[in-house]
Amino acid sequence: MSPEHLAAAVRERLPDVYVARGEVVAVVERDDLVDALTWLRDREGVALDLLLSITVTDWPHAEPRFWVAYDLRSTRPVRRLRLKVALPGDDPWVPSVTGVHPTADWHEREQFDFFGVRFDGHPALTRILLPDDWEGYPLRKDEPLGGVSTWFEGARLPPVDERGMA
Amino acid sequence: MSDRIGVEARDRSGEVRQETMIINMGPQHPSTHGVLRLLLELDGETIVSATPVIGYLHTGIEKNTEYRTWVQGITFVTRADYLSPFFNELAYCMGVERLLGVEVPERAHLIRVLVCELNRISSHLVTLATGGLEMGAVSVMLYGLREREVILDIFEAITGLRMNHAYIRIGGVVMDLPEDGPARVRRLLQVLPERIDEYETLLNDNPIWRERNEGVGVLDAAGCARFGVTGPMLRAAGVASDLRKDEPYAGYETFEFDVPTRTEGDAYARYRVRIDEMRESLRIVAQALERLEATPGPVMIEDPKIGWQARLSVGPDGIGNDPEYLREIMEESMEALIHHFKMVTQGVRVPSGEVYQPVEGPRGELGYHIVSDGDHRPYRVHIRDPSFVHLQALPTMLEGYLVADLIAAIASLDPVMGGVDR
Amino acid sequence: MPVERLEGIQLGTTPEEVEAEVERGVLTTTLDRAIGWARKQSMWPATFGLACCAIEMMSTGAGQYDLSRWGMEVFRASPRQADLLIVSGRVSQKMAPVLRRIYDQMVDPKWVISMGVCASAGGMFTNYAVVQGVDTIVPVDVYVPGCPPKPEMLMHGILTLQRKVRTEEPFR
Repeated sequence: MSPEHLAAAVRERLPDVYVARGEVVAVVERDDLVDALTWLRDREGVALDLLLSITVTDWPHAEPRFWVAYDLRSTRPVRRLRLKVALPGDDPWVPSVTGVHPTADWHEREQFDFFGVRFDGHPALTRILLPDDWEGYPLRKDEPLGGVSTWFEGARLPPVDERGMA
Repeated sequence: MSDRIGVEARDRSGEVRQETMIINMGPQHPSTHGVLRLLLELDGETIVSATPVIGYLHTGIEKNTEYRTWVQGITFVTRADYLSPFFNELAYCMGVERLLGVEVPERAHLIRVLVCELNRISSHLVTLATGGLEMGAVSVMLYGLREREVILDIFEAITGLRMNHAYIRIGGVVMDLPEDGPARVRRLLQVLPERIDEYETLLNDNPIWRERNEGVGVLDAAGCARFGVTGPMLRAAGVASDLRKDEPYAGYETFEFDVPTRTEGDAYARYRVRIDEMRESLRIVAQALERLEATPGPVMIEDPKIGWQARLSVGPDGIGNDPEYLREIMEESMEALIHHFKMVTQGVRVPSGEVYQPVEGPRGELGYHIVSDGDHRPYRVHIRDPSFVHLQALPTMLEGYLVADLIAAIASLDPVMGGVDR
Repeated sequence: MPVERLEGIQLGTTPEEVEAEVERGVLTTTLDRAIGWARKQSMWPATFGLACCAIEMMSTGAGQYDLSRWGMEVFRASPRQADLLIVSGRVSQKMAPVLRRIYDQMVDPKWVISMGVCASAGGMFTNYAVVQGVDTIVPVDVYVPGCPPKPEMLMHGILTLQRKVRTEEPFR
């Protein structure tokens, strides 16, 4: 099924769908997210039953600040679709989709760990990759890269984001 | 989990006693395939629940790519899943090439397929070797690593490094095959099939191997879909899903190979699938080698704003800039020098956009979600690593089994913690 | 790239220090020499493979670059039974206390080889997640650079450590 066909098949349910670079992308409101994912999974001929990954991107100088992208795939034959949700910067929460795709469990924990985006309804939203007592959300654009400045024999090299390179 | 401490059980005489123990396994443990920590709730030897705790190898690769140029990103992502570095590089570069909207030369496709299939074989050999070691079959470890050394020698001849190569670049590959490259690969093609026969003779009908692996860590097709499991685990559960066939990339549609599947979905089935996949990869390598001889040409895209312009060659102290190229930029042309400088320090400018690029890695679908804002540095690179996703299925695979089965199940799941934690 | 040049810092080995070390070696008694020899011959590494360097460490222990030439193919899982800790791979912030605990659990005499640039100095990962050199956590005897170091490089590091063990004072 070509991307255009897939876009046409989902347009009735997701009106905000477009095709770019051979990929089908649809934008939904966060209240509609769980329902849309359930429809995409159960709809015959679409059957996007694999949630591959959840990616949050931080656009600190724009509003909405956070965009959450759900990459979906059907097992066989392979169809792909990306679902995107926009979140405001001051209240970044989105409903958890673990009820629809149990594999979302760790993905949501990881994105919470990195960005501080809350996934409402997640069974146990805790940090997963960083130590449990870590403060801050390192992948946000206003957080520094970190890393101590390195000492060499008679010289000092500052951390990467302080070096003033382009 | 805390409300299940003190689960009561009745023993044979009908008395009630408190049962479960909570045991911590790892992160430093010889059998957990890397720095994986498991919180096991045990009822004697039986596992009541197993909770993986990860993050002990978290390296911050995704954040680090945002502070480096696009080409430097290759050196970062190649170290994410360190047993399949070429696949990481391939997915990243293909994603960037999609954002740029460029095509790489035909010979570059063939070389990419060649090294990726060799990488698949070496990754499966490590799976076999470490799986065997963890279950006590130490000879398998030595045999597997012996074969892998031959492949690593080939990698060293082609790319200069045994692991973490940074060979596949945006626009192609950085250097053509060396003169003795095809001969080395041909020698491998002669040697490896017999060695794989050796493994099969040693393990396929080995009563201990079968006893420990059959019926262990079962995950059927429905379970795979729930947990997003792809790759050999899905193929061992009966679903013939392989991105090289279903959604071909890098020229895979022109190669002839089969997709081995089994139906049992247990650790033994996964072992058989991986052995068969090694043989299929050898077929692809042989075809790629033939076609490489018939396809001369460039291995890097011609466009000077995208391709890595430095011509490399093997000198007295290893692989470095070609002396001819150095002479051109240092002595002949100021423009070439300035261009070289700008390309090395700033590099490609990738138009803004978002792309998800999957490849069929040795462990499953490896995907790169790349976001660009038009700069010479990535804006966001998210790695969808199959091991990260598969580890979620571990508790389901293990409930009710014995601790010894846990080792076999993890070995058959084949997590690489570099990919899990990134 | 702004690099500060610092005045009055002297690092590395001076001729006086080398002479003192040679003198110490020469003055070591027969018993000390015997103990040093025995210790270097029978080192057992602890399994502490973290990342890519761990794979190269496994290759060093495998058939082609055989570590059992020096009696070291026995990787002990329990730190109580090991005397060499080869920190192979990047140490994340979460793993740092675990590393320290394993090191503390090892019994004297014990040595540490920091294998690879990630363990020695943080490697290419100068960021929030990686400890910039394990010598901030445990005392390191030999640093082996490389990303990852070839098995021959690791063997050179091990032989350097053995030379050090043979000539050091056994009861510090």
